[in-house]
Amino acid sequence: MSAVVKTVNLVKIYQDGALPVPAVRGVDLQVEPGEFVAVMGPSGSGKSTLIHMLGGLDARTSGEIWLDGQRVDTLSESAWALLRRKKIGFVFQFFNLVANMTVGDNVELPALLAGASPKVARERRESLLAALNLTDRAGAAPAQLSGGEQQRVALARALANEPSLLLADEPTGNLDSRNTRDVLRLLSDVHKQGQTIVMVTHDARVASLADRLVSLFDGEIVDDGRIARRRTRTAGEVIDLR
Amino acid sequence: MVRLHLLALLAKEPAHGYELKQALEQTFGSAYPSPNIGQIYVTLGRLEKDGLVRAVDVEQSNRPNKKVYYLTAKGRDVLMTWVDEPTEGPRVRDEFFMKLVLAPLTGIADRMALITRQRRHYLSLMSDLNDLLARTPPADRVAMLLIEGAMLHLQADLDWLERCQEDLA
Repeated sequence: MSAVVKTVNLVKIYQDGALPVPAVRGVDLQVEPGEFVAVMGPSGSGKSTLIHMLGGLDARTSGEIWLDGQRVDTLSESAWALLRRKKIGFVFQFFNLVANMTVGDNVELPALLAGASPKVARERRESLLAALNLTDRAGAAPAQLSGGEQQRVALARALANEPSLLLADEPTGNLDSRNTRDVLRLLSDVHKQGQTIVMVTHDARVASLADRLVSLFDGEIVDDGRIARRRTRTAGEVIDLR
Repeated sequence: MVRLHLLALLAKEPAHGYELKQALEQTFGSAYPSPNIGQIYVTLGRLEKDGLVRAVDVEQSNRPNKKVYYLTAKGRDVLMTWVDEPTEGPRVRDEFFMKLVLAPLTGIADRMALITRQRRHYLSLMSDLNDLLARTPPADRVAMLLIEGAMLHLQADLDWLERCQEDLA
């Protein structure tokens, strides 16, 4: 089976006036189907730029991006838009919901755009809203929801088209612990069902759901390895109660 | 410190060693390891020698007598002093920081490698805590709070690791 994502010597240089600012400096990354990869690193290390390039939201300066075996860095913007509808789900720190559509329609739309039948799109909407405890908010406008609820809607929306790849950029950035718990549970469930995920996060709880951690520093991968599963039986291994 | 935990339990009611072990387990739930029974008996012996508890023998049919311990006035004073004073001392110990600062000086390790390996280690601990939290009944408030506290400490450790990476690497 081929990799869901592959990058070859991927580079992004921003231009700040006359000054070139390298944000990503030669990243080779390969993500296999069903893998959950967390990307961590200090601010300015290139995490967000990398994930935006993977989703076609930011053009690469040089290098290659492959998605499901297809080279995509050479695509036009409109071709990228089509590809995103079918293959990519995106969650951001700020939710970007469509303000004049109901919560339910926000979730259903991506499935319809990806070509699902109205019946399938409706089923998908209902199961996702239920999984995130949002069923009774389906008729509300996004503005009527709390920040945490809106973030859950954004996650449901990102998963509605059953994407090959879920990309997330600080998806729990503004969540309280209850909302974080719902988001964690859904991410963990869809990952178990085989969803491929690449996620930028500072949140250790979310990152610890991943199989693999990629550390970025100064636009380069400085570490790439599995997150071992141990068997810590008690919190006493972290907090030493006296 | 087990001394003070036992004094606190005995302030509630007299008990024998095994009952104290059970009380610790019930209070802290699965989230925290309770001391083994031998350690409890040794501690009770020392408390008795110091006059903080006394023991009475209770006869049992077909079994050896058991010792039931109760708190003395002196024991209650020691307990109250412990409860009333602010808790001193560092909240965490950090051996890793010493490695991070010292190891590169001797040329035996590279800071970036130390930091990234430690980050993965923290995340695998966090992953275990996630599992532990999922297995803990929500009604077990003490265990839930303890796990959440451990998670917050780990998050702080990771944030600090990132600061170290920015400044030292």
